[in-house]
Amino acid sequence: MGLGLDHDLASEIKQQVVTGGPRWFELDRRDFLKIFGGGILICACGADGLAQESGRTRSGPELPKDIAAWLYIAEDGHVTVFTGKVEVGQNIRTSLAQQVAEELRVSVESISMTMGDTDLVPWDAGTFGSRTTPTMAPQLRNMAVAARDVLVTLAATEWGVESSTLIAADGKITNPATKQSRNYGDLTRGQKLVKVIDSDPPLTPAMQWKIAGQAMPKVDGAAFVTGRHLYTSDLSRPGMLYGKILRPTGFKATLISLDDSAARKIPNVTSVRDGDFVGVAAPDLWTAEEALAALKVRWKAPSQISDRELFASLKTGSGASDAEPPRVTGSVAKALATADIKLEGSYSVAYIQHAPLEPRAALAEWNGDKLTVWTGTQRPFAVRDELAAAFRIPSQNVRVQVPDTGSAYGGKHPGDAAIEAARLAKAAGKPVKVVWTRQEEFTWAYFRPAGVIEIKSGALRDGTIIAWEHHNYNSGPAAMDTPYNIANKLIQFHPVEAPLRQGSYRGLAATANHFARESHMDELAHAAGIDPLQFRLKNTSDDRLRAVFEAVAEKAAWGKQKSGPSRGFGIAGGFEKGGHLATVAEVEVNPARALRIVRVVEAFECGAVVNPNGLRNQIEGSIMMGIGGAMFEAVRFENGRILNPHFSQYRVPRFRDLPQIEVVLVDRKDLASAGAGETPIVGVAPAIANAVFAATGVRLRAMPLKTS
Amino acid sequence: MDGIVVRVNGTERQITAPPDVPLLWVLRNTLELTGTKYGCGEGQCGACTVLLDRKTVRSCLTPLSEVAGKSVTTIEGLEQNGALHPVQQAFLREEAFQCGYCTSGMIVSAVALISSNRNPTDEDIVRMMNGNICRCGTYPRIVAAVRDAAQTAQKG
Repeated sequence: MGLGLDHDLASEIKQQVVTGGPRWFELDRRDFLKIFGGGILICACGADGLAQESGRTRSGPELPKDIAAWLYIAEDGHVTVFTGKVEVGQNIRTSLAQQVAEELRVSVESISMTMGDTDLVPWDAGTFGSRTTPTMAPQLRNMAVAARDVLVTLAATEWGVESSTLIAADGKITNPATKQSRNYGDLTRGQKLVKVIDSDPPLTPAMQWKIAGQAMPKVDGAAFVTGRHLYTSDLSRPGMLYGKILRPTGFKATLISLDDSAARKIPNVTSVRDGDFVGVAAPDLWTAEEALAALKVRWKAPSQISDRELFASLKTGSGASDAEPPRVTGSVAKALATADIKLEGSYSVAYIQHAPLEPRAALAEWNGDKLTVWTGTQRPFAVRDELAAAFRIPSQNVRVQVPDTGSAYGGKHPGDAAIEAARLAKAAGKPVKVVWTRQEEFTWAYFRPAGVIEIKSGALRDGTIIAWEHHNYNSGPAAMDTPYNIANKLIQFHPVEAPLRQGSYRGLAATANHFARESHMDELAHAAGIDPLQFRLKNTSDDRLRAVFEAVAEKAAWGKQKSGPSRGFGIAGGFEKGGHLATVAEVEVNPARALRIVRVVEAFECGAVVNPNGLRNQIEGSIMMGIGGAMFEAVRFENGRILNPHFSQYRVPRFRDLPQIEVVLVDRKDLASAGAGETPIVGVAPAIANAVFAATGVRLRAMPLKTS
Repeated sequence: MDGIVVRVNGTERQITAPPDVPLLWVLRNTLELTGTKYGCGEGQCGACTVLLDRKTVRSCLTPLSEVAGKSVTTIEGLEQNGALHPVQQAFLREEAFQCGYCTSGMIVSAVALISSNRNPTDEDIVRMMNGNICRCGTYPRIVAAVRDAAQTAQKG
C-alpha cells in the first residue's frame, strides 16, 4: 500500500517537473547545473517526499503523527488547521475546512486554515495532481477524529464516566445522562494536543456527512468581492523597493556586455548583475522602469527552431535519456492482420500558456542570513529549497509563505520570481517585490508541452476493437492507456528534447491523450457504422465510465436530434486521477465554416462529492478553459522568441465564447472522494472535434481546431 | 513636482507622481488601494477597471494627468455605510469567482453596466463584459450574477 502511494507520487512528480529553466547566478552556475540541470534535487525531493506524504513507509522522514502539527484548538474553541497545500482558486480552503469540521464536530466558521507557510505547516510535496482531496483531506480528517477522541477522553476523565457514554457535537462534549457539557476550548485550555496517531481511526462515512457534502459558500468570499484579499502582488513591507528584471533577447541567451552606469546615476536605484541575471530595484515602479530602460546590454542567443518546424522536430528529435519502454498486451501486429477495419491517425497539440491572471510575483526580505519570501507558488517547500540552494543557506533559514493566489493551473511550480526578488533584496539591503508583466509571463514562464500522438487501431465488423497502438511524443504519459477493453495493445511515451521550457498544466497530458484517443474512437465508430455512444459502451465494461456516458447522454438527449450540415453533436469520455467524465458538445457551423459552440454538457463522477457548488464551479471553469485549448490557444515562436506574448495576440476564452453549459454530478457516496480541479477539462476538445465531424464530415486532428 | 488632485472614492487626494504614470500604479502603490489589479497593462483583460466620473476606464492605460480634478471610484469605494453594493452581493450569492483575481474588475464593470442599462439581456451582458477576462472560466456565474444584480436593483 505504502509502496503504491510512493510510486504514484514519484511518477506524478516526474510528470510535473518543469524542464529548461533559467540558470541563475555566476558563482553558483557550476553547482547549480549540478543541482538543477539533471533534476537531481527535484527527484531527491520527490523520493523522500513520498515517504512523508504517505506517512506510511519505513524509510525516510515521515509526516508528523502528532495532532499538534496539524490542528490546534484555542481556549475560545477556535480551530486552526495546518496544511502545506495552497489555495489558487480551486476552493480547497473551503472543502478541507468542511471535512475537518465534519470529523471534529464543529462549524466551518470556527476553523481557520493556515496554508502554504513553510515555517508553520508540515512538509508537503505541493498542490498538484489533484492530490489534495484524496491524500490531504484524509490526513486532516484522521487528525480531526483523533483530536475528537482526545477531547472525549479528557471529559470522561474529568467526569469519571466511560468515554463511550459521551457525545461530541457542535464544538462541545456532552454527557446525555447528566446533561453536563464542556466546550472544546475549556477542555484543552489552549494547550497543544500531543497524542500520537499510529493507525488510521475510522472516518465518518459520506452517507452520514452533515457539513462535508454540502454546497458551502467559499469561506472568505467577501474578501474577494470587496478587493480586500491581499494577493502576493498586493503586499508591501516597510522600505520596500520595486524590482524589475532585464530579460534576454531570446531563450538560451548569454550576456555579452552590460553598461549600467546611466541606471546607477538615477537616485535610489540598485542595479545587479550576477551571471546572466540583470535586475534593478527602486523605491517606486516608474523609477524602476526608467532604470531598466537605461541599461545598455548585449546578448548572444543561439539560433533556434520555430513553431512551423515544431511537430516534425518532436517526431524526429533526439530522445531524452529516460525513454520509457512500451506497455504491451497481446500482439497488435497479429490482431491487425485479422481486423476488418483498420485505421491510423496522427494528432497534435500546440504549446499553450497557463496565463494565470495574477502574474508570477514575489516579495523577499532578508534579516541577516534569514530569508522570508511571500510568493504565489504551488510548491512552497520546493521553492524554499530552491532559494536555499540559490543563496547557499540552509533550508531552515528560508521561510516561504503563499497568500491565496490568483490562479495557477499547474503553471506556478518553480520559484523564479522568488529567486529574482531575493537576489535584488540581498543587493539592496531592503525588501524587494517583483511582479512579472504579462509579456514576461507569456515568455519566461513555461508552457504546456506540445505533442504528436499517433494511433493505429483495428476492429471487427461488429465494432469490437481488437488492436490499439498509441504513441505520445513529448506531450506526456498521463491518461495514455485506453479505458476500453482491447486484447492487443501497445502504449508508449516518447520524451524528446523540447524546444521550449515546458512543464505541468491542468490535467497534464490527459487532455492531449484524450483528444487523440476519443477522436480516434469516433473515427472507428463511423468506420464501423455504429453510433459513437453505443460504440463506446460496447467496448467498455468499466461501470463508472458507463455511468457517466449514460448520464451525459440522458441530459443531452443524445441521439434525439440528428447531426446535419450546419449542426453537429459529438461525445467523448474517459477517466483520470479518480475522476470519470463524459462530455457532449453541440456545434453550429455556418456556410463559411465558422464554428460556434452552442452547448456543452458534462457528467462527472469523482466519488463522494465534498462540495457540490465548488465542484460545479470547477467543472464549468474547466469547460471554459478547455474551449481555449480546443479552439484558439497556441503559442507562436521563432528563433528563441515568443511571437504572441499579449492577450491581444494570444486569444483566451471570453464572455462571447460562453456556450450553454450543463453539468451533471454523479455523487458516489460509497466511493472515496477524488480531486476534480483538472480532469473535467479533458473531454472538451474531442467532443467538439467529433461534433465538427458529425456536421461537416471534416476530421480535425490538431488542437487548436481550425475549421476554416 | 507639484501634486495632482484627484477625488478617489469620495476623498480628495493630492498625488505626487509623474503625470504620465498609469493611474493603476498610483492607486495600488501610492494610495495602497490594491483591490484594483494588474493583469496585462495593455487594456486587454479588464482586471484594472475603475470608474472615472461613473464611466469605466482601464486604469493601466489611463495616465494620472487625465484624471486630474476628476472623480475615481475603485472596488474599495462601492460599499455604502458598511453594506455591500448589490453587484458585490450578487457575486457572493452566485459564487461568481474562483481565484478572485478578476473579480474587482468584473464587479466595477458590472456596476457601470447596470447603471446604464437597468434591464440587460444576457446578450447585453456578454457584449458589455467581453473585455474582462476570467481565466478560471466563471463566465456563466458572472452572467447570472449581473442579471441577478440588475433584477435586485430594479426591485429596490
